[in-house]
Amino acid sequence: MQSIEEFRASTRAWLEENCPSSMRTPMQEDEVVWGGRSPSFKNPDSKLWLERMAAKGWTTPTWPKEYGGGGLNKEENLVLLQELQRIGARQALNSFGISMLGPVLLEYGTHEQKAEHIPKIVRGEIRWCQGYSEPGSGSDLASLNTKAVLDGDHYVLNGAKVWTSYADKADWIFCLVRTDFEAAKHSGISFILFDMQTKGVTTRPILLISGASPFCETFFDDVRVPARNLVGTLNDGWTIAKRLLQHERTMISGFGLSAKASSRTLDASSVEGQAMQARGDSGKLSDPVLRDEIARHKIDAEAFAFTSQRSMQEAKLNKGPNATSSMLKNYGCELNKRRYELLLQALGTQGLGWASANHEDFSAEELKVTREWLRSKGNSIEGGTAEIQLNVIAKRVLGLPDMPVLATKKGG
Amino acid sequence: MSMVLNEDQLMLKESAHEFCKANAPVSELRRVRDTQDPDGFSRDLWQQMVALGWAGMTIPEEFGGFGFGYGGLEVVLEETGRNLVPSPLVATVLLCATAVNLGGSQAQKSALLPSIAAGELLMALALEETAFHQPTRIACSAERQGTDFVLNGRKTFVLDGHVADKLIVVARTSGAREDSNGISLFLVDRDAQGLSVLRSEMVDSRNAANLHLHNVLVGEEALLGELDKGYEILEKTLDVGRIGVAAEMLGSAQEVFDRIIDYLKQREQFGVLIGAFQGLQHRAATMYSELELCRSAVRRAFAELDGAQEDVPALASVAKAKLSEILGLISNEGVQMHGGIGMTDEFDIGFYLKRARVVQALLGDAAFHRDRYASLNGF
Repeated sequence: MQSIEEFRASTRAWLEENCPSSMRTPMQEDEVVWGGRSPSFKNPDSKLWLERMAAKGWTTPTWPKEYGGGGLNKEENLVLLQELQRIGARQALNSFGISMLGPVLLEYGTHEQKAEHIPKIVRGEIRWCQGYSEPGSGSDLASLNTKAVLDGDHYVLNGAKVWTSYADKADWIFCLVRTDFEAAKHSGISFILFDMQTKGVTTRPILLISGASPFCETFFDDVRVPARNLVGTLNDGWTIAKRLLQHERTMISGFGLSAKASSRTLDASSVEGQAMQARGDSGKLSDPVLRDEIARHKIDAEAFAFTSQRSMQEAKLNKGPNATSSMLKNYGCELNKRRYELLLQALGTQGLGWASANHEDFSAEELKVTREWLRSKGNSIEGGTAEIQLNVIAKRVLGLPDMPVLATKKGG
Repeated sequence: MSMVLNEDQLMLKESAHEFCKANAPVSELRRVRDTQDPDGFSRDLWQQMVALGWAGMTIPEEFGGFGFGYGGLEVVLEETGRNLVPSPLVATVLLCATAVNLGGSQAQKSALLPSIAAGELLMALALEETAFHQPTRIACSAERQGTDFVLNGRKTFVLDGHVADKLIVVARTSGAREDSNGISLFLVDRDAQGLSVLRSEMVDSRNAANLHLHNVLVGEEALLGELDKGYEILEKTLDVGRIGVAAEMLGSAQEVFDRIIDYLKQREQFGVLIGAFQGLQHRAATMYSELELCRSAVRRAFAELDGAQEDVPALASVAKAKLSEILGLISNEGVQMHGGIGMTDEFDIGFYLKRARVVQALLGDAAFHRDRYASLNGF
């Protein structure tokens, strides 16, 4: 048995040898590695880095070795994260398979299901998307209507999903379907997996206010899915759905965290740095109102980062209320939205460009701020709206009562 | 850096909780107010707190204290904040014992700290001169006269000023009015010739006083720390004070929040518990979230005080800015969400609102600390 210090030493040595130097620089958004059947690598080193990390199982350090994971305990995982952070290593692989499906499949899946899907998630060979929201089921997710009817050893699916992130680029989907049409709305839902190349699946990207199309509409017409792809108990998919949403919220709450430790020196790329540069200020931001608002935002961001750390420390001691994920998701999203509003104020009309042929009027960075500002509006809608998160806090954390009329009404 | 309370802190918190609940609930502050208690706190109760070790919590063992560290004072202040307990804890222990410990000579420490720990000495910090926290804007003067100093000036908002046996007076010995250089600290006896103290009646029914210094003569041994360099000790002391006051505010905010949630679960209107109304639920959930951030800001700052003591000024401003803002919010919601009963003097919630505004201003309000935080971060 290796001691933790030996583990640190061997990890450090391995990273020194195997992490390419170009993978130790900050990553741009278009450089994120999502994996999949036809993966895109902007830089050949990122392919190498993924292969090396996946071979160790370190794309998913705490998942069991049996399914290709790293098999690390909490303490070793912490050491690995610290060592990765120390050299500023990029995340080798980012996927919904890792952040959302994998954890629930490990908890609720059969051995066969895990053996089929987990290793491919670890190696980034299959890219997953999430089939949750429907045109008529947004915040009231449990009213979903996509039907799955058993026909021999297959389910036949009919219906439509919406806001399916990157459905047009995904290989497989984890999907909520209705399998009991008589039961109360939460009780007739099942959780099922299938290949997006199956006959009858079509996707259509949705153009957003930001000009980008990260989400799709997804249609199912007589899609035949093997019955063995149903995860967990038939008609008890809501349990898995909720657990997965907790993982999703934890992921989204990371939006509010700044990656950089605060050094208390002015960073030119920060909101205040850009605000000062745009105004030609030195030493002190000349707009006192904006200065106060930026300080308020940074103070909240620091206190939020402390809260995320404290939540992890408490979870380690099993003292943390589980529902803090709703609080963190909601607050993190609001912080991110505030940050972009402040960035617009920081840049004045230079933050309001839409396009530029030669970048004489607007720089690429300025145009990116405009688009990201628009994109940030979705933060408090996706993964459960801000209002839903506040409902969850009020009921599950604070124990406030339900409105009687809503508590008894059955949906379908 | 752990932000989770350890076993010792949890035990201390529990015992402080029980003590305050049994001996010093809000009815004690009400008694002090209604009887116009001349001391503004109960000396008997203070001796019981001293017996529990609260006065010597942060004082080193060599000077008669317990050396528990600031993490001990943290949990005690949270509990006194929960119950709005009037006591010399902030003025004497949090502020003055810290200043003496940081800046005092061996002789000064030996003379003062054991007496504070034993509950025999009360002290007060005489800093403010205007209605706003401006710790470098010192006009009160101390002029050399041989080896002595002559002090002249006015001080306001001096916590426990009228009951203190000894004062730490912040005075200018050189430099212009807003220079941090040229500020010195002096130990002045309450009965010094030329010192007059006028007790103020504040909205929170807690102790504060105005001081008038007219040719007050003190010897060289009264100088706390180096001549002209007092601001270094003062600023460190104020940061400890800001973090400690933030802990008290956290306790008050938590208590008001708990009372709101209890009320939402028992008050019925339109045939339902009002806690079922989404308009109130979302406000409660927002307060809960902000309160969690407040708790983290306080825990993080205290961990630093008992740890490496790096970055304390910024962490103190984070905690005091955040708590000032959120206690303001929660104290207002405390009245509003209780409805008509929240406006009555008979009900306790108003005491929290009144106290909130005083502690919000104490040692710098939210705007002061956002300004300071921005400067510390280079903008």
